[in-house]
Amino acid sequence: MSNIVAFVETKEGKFKNSAFEIVTEAVKIASETSSELTVLAIGSGIENDAQSLAEYGAAKLIYTDLNELNGKNATQGFKYSPSSFAKVISEVAKQKNADIIILSATSLGKDLAGRIAIKTDSSVYNDCISVKTEGGKITASRPVYAGKSITEVKSNSDKIVLTLRPNVFKPVKKEGGSIQTEKADTGTFNLSDSDFSSVVKDVVISSEKLDVAEADRIVSGGRGLREPEQFKLVEELANSIGAAVGASRAVVDSGWRPHSEQVGQTGKTVSPSLYIACGISGAIQHLAGMSSSKCIVAINKDKDAPIFQVANYGIVGDVFEIIPAMTEEFKKVLSN
Amino acid sequence: MKIIVCVSLVPDSTTKVKISDSKKSIDENGVSYILNPYDELAVEEALKLKEKNGGDVTAISFGTDKSKEAIKKAFQMGADKGVLIKSGSPDFDSYTVSKNLADFIKPLNPDIVLFGKQSIDFDGLLVPSMVSELLGIPCISVVVKLDITDGKVTAEREVEGGKEIVESTLPIVIGAQKGINDPRYPNLKSIMAAKSKPIEEIAATYSGNKTEITEMNLPPAKASGKIFVNGKDDVSELVRLLREEAKVI
Ligand SMILES: Cc1cc2nc3c(=O)[nH]c(=O)nc-3n(C[C@H](O)[C@H](O)[C@H](O)COP(=O)(O)OP(=O)(O)OC[C@H]3O[C@@H](n4cnc5c(N)ncnc54)[C@H](O)[C@@H]3O)c2cc1C
Ligand SMILES: Nc1ncnc2c1ncn2[C@@H]1O[C@H](COP(=O)(O)O)[C@@H](O)[C@H]1O
Repeated sequence: MSNIVAFVETKEGKFKNSAFEIVTEAVKIASETSSELTVLAIGSGIENDAQSLAEYGAAKLIYTDLNELNGKNATQGFKYSPSSFAKVISEVAKQKNADIIILSATSLGKDLAGRIAIKTDSSVYNDCISVKTEGGKITASRPVYAGKSITEVKSNSDKIVLTLRPNVFKPVKKEGGSIQTEKADTGTFNLSDSDFSSVVKDVVISSEKLDVAEADRIVSGGRGLREPEQFKLVEELANSIGAAVGASRAVVDSGWRPHSEQVGQTGKTVSPSLYIACGISGAIQHLAGMSSSKCIVAINKDKDAPIFQVANYGIVGDVFEIIPAMTEEFKKVLSN
Repeated sequence: MKIIVCVSLVPDSTTKVKISDSKKSIDENGVSYILNPYDELAVEEALKLKEKNGGDVTAISFGTDKSKEAIKKAFQMGADKGVLIKSGSPDFDSYTVSKNLADFIKPLNPDIVLFGKQSIDFDGLLVPSMVSELLGIPCISVVVKLDITDGKVTAEREVEGGKEIVESTLPIVIGAQKGINDPRYPNLKSIMAAKSKPIEEIAATYSGNKTEITEMNLPPAKASGKIFVNGKDDVSELVRLLREEAKVI
């Protein structure tokens, strides 16, 4: 019998899609290990959206109001503060006697996991792509060497913190259940001024565009596009299927595209359900960031380009001919 | 300003990974090692802080003798001092690294401890935040811009779809992400100067490891894909397959 605390993320009073992934996996682990699952969230007005978690099998939600955390210190008006978030999660985990703490491997989750592990004296693994429970013991697998190898790992301590790679664990709905909600008493968390010595005062959205790290479909372009203006072909193809635009390092280093769009070892790691690579050779560092995508489509004029070795589908040909034809075809089939 | 930068030695990013016979690590034969690319950013940022504020830069690595190479690279870039915390075993996890680094760093009372945001071997993404927690000082991870003026820290941290503007106080731990600076290339003079800098060796304080690798495998091979060679004429068939076979459209 163990206890699980799953931390889920929220945005403007709603649970993010990653929350449903985390709940689905946590419910599964809880049933396999006969554990009790508590879902934990920090946000404002979040209790009104609790029923959406119940649809994925969560039976208990504890939440902390962000405004209340803000009220606990002098620098008010912050959106995130790593130490206090880590403390809230660790304290709830202690109160619940949790031996498994699960978060999403988002920038928030990865920022918090190590701190929570120290605060709760747990072992920790970031960016897991599968979790197994055998004989009540947890093992996880995670990519290392930029995805060139997969390690199976286990904990030598009785408590473990795991972050799960986004878009890998698919949310699965359960038969309509109900959820009990409880507002946490922040007074029990022993928050002190030092928990607020580092705070996020503002978040600057790079653009209204969909971010590659969150997108379920991505169309990426590389040096084969020849000049920055030609990226409009990539954008049009992306728009036709509601995809985000990604880029290779070669075009980012040339200043054609912002670094936030770079996919690969020194860019973002993505695993969308569809990844279309246009005029990208498929250097090992690029593959490191996208080879776990579910369906990879390559367009390249060189039939020996390494990208074809990881592609599920591909067309050997000129991007300037294929991309516009593909955009038209997508529009056609999607309007039917 | 007392500046510390933590560096690790990792296989070159073009390494073709082969699994060793133990199936718990990679086969190191033929692998060439480099300073972790993100740590290069951390060293550069450390040197810039020294140039602006004075003080000195100490590069620290936890590992076996091999890790001296990482410290030497930091010397070539311009670090003043180097310390190797010597691990008895080549197998150590993020906690062991963090605990040893923190135990050594704590009595030094640095103003800033710089890290790469992640090491490209185990991609742990843990050491900076764990060290900060063990030291009891704040940490900003994945930093693309850093400004320290009058003891006040302002940083930009990369997140999905944007950047967070973070305010903090010193002392602080920073995890450097690409974009924070352009690391310098060592010049002949600094390469020569590096040769005479000694690396201090000290013993590890902890060797427990909280985690264990039970198995290491290559990723499952992909079935070979359907590659069309008639260019534009194949587009409609490809789109049909994406829709009906792969079911992604
Ligand atoms: C430490 C390190 C980290 C790195 N990190 C990353 C990373 O995070 N992400 C990353 O992407 N790279 C990374 N790289 C760089 C990587 O090695 C490659 O240089 C880069 O990915 C190449 O980008 P590309 O495929 O756009 O360009 P190229 O390799 O130049 O490939 C262009 C491709 O376009 C094709 N092409 C040309 N014209 C046409 C046409 N008209 N129609 C169709 N196809 C055409 C060519 O056949 C070729 O295959 C890293 C390198 C190092 C050393
Ligand atoms: N063995 C080590 N010795 C010194 N610093 C390290 C070591 N391992 C990791 N680091 C630092 O911690 C950062 C993040 O590593 P990781 O948490 O392993 O992804 C690296 O970029 C280094 O700055």
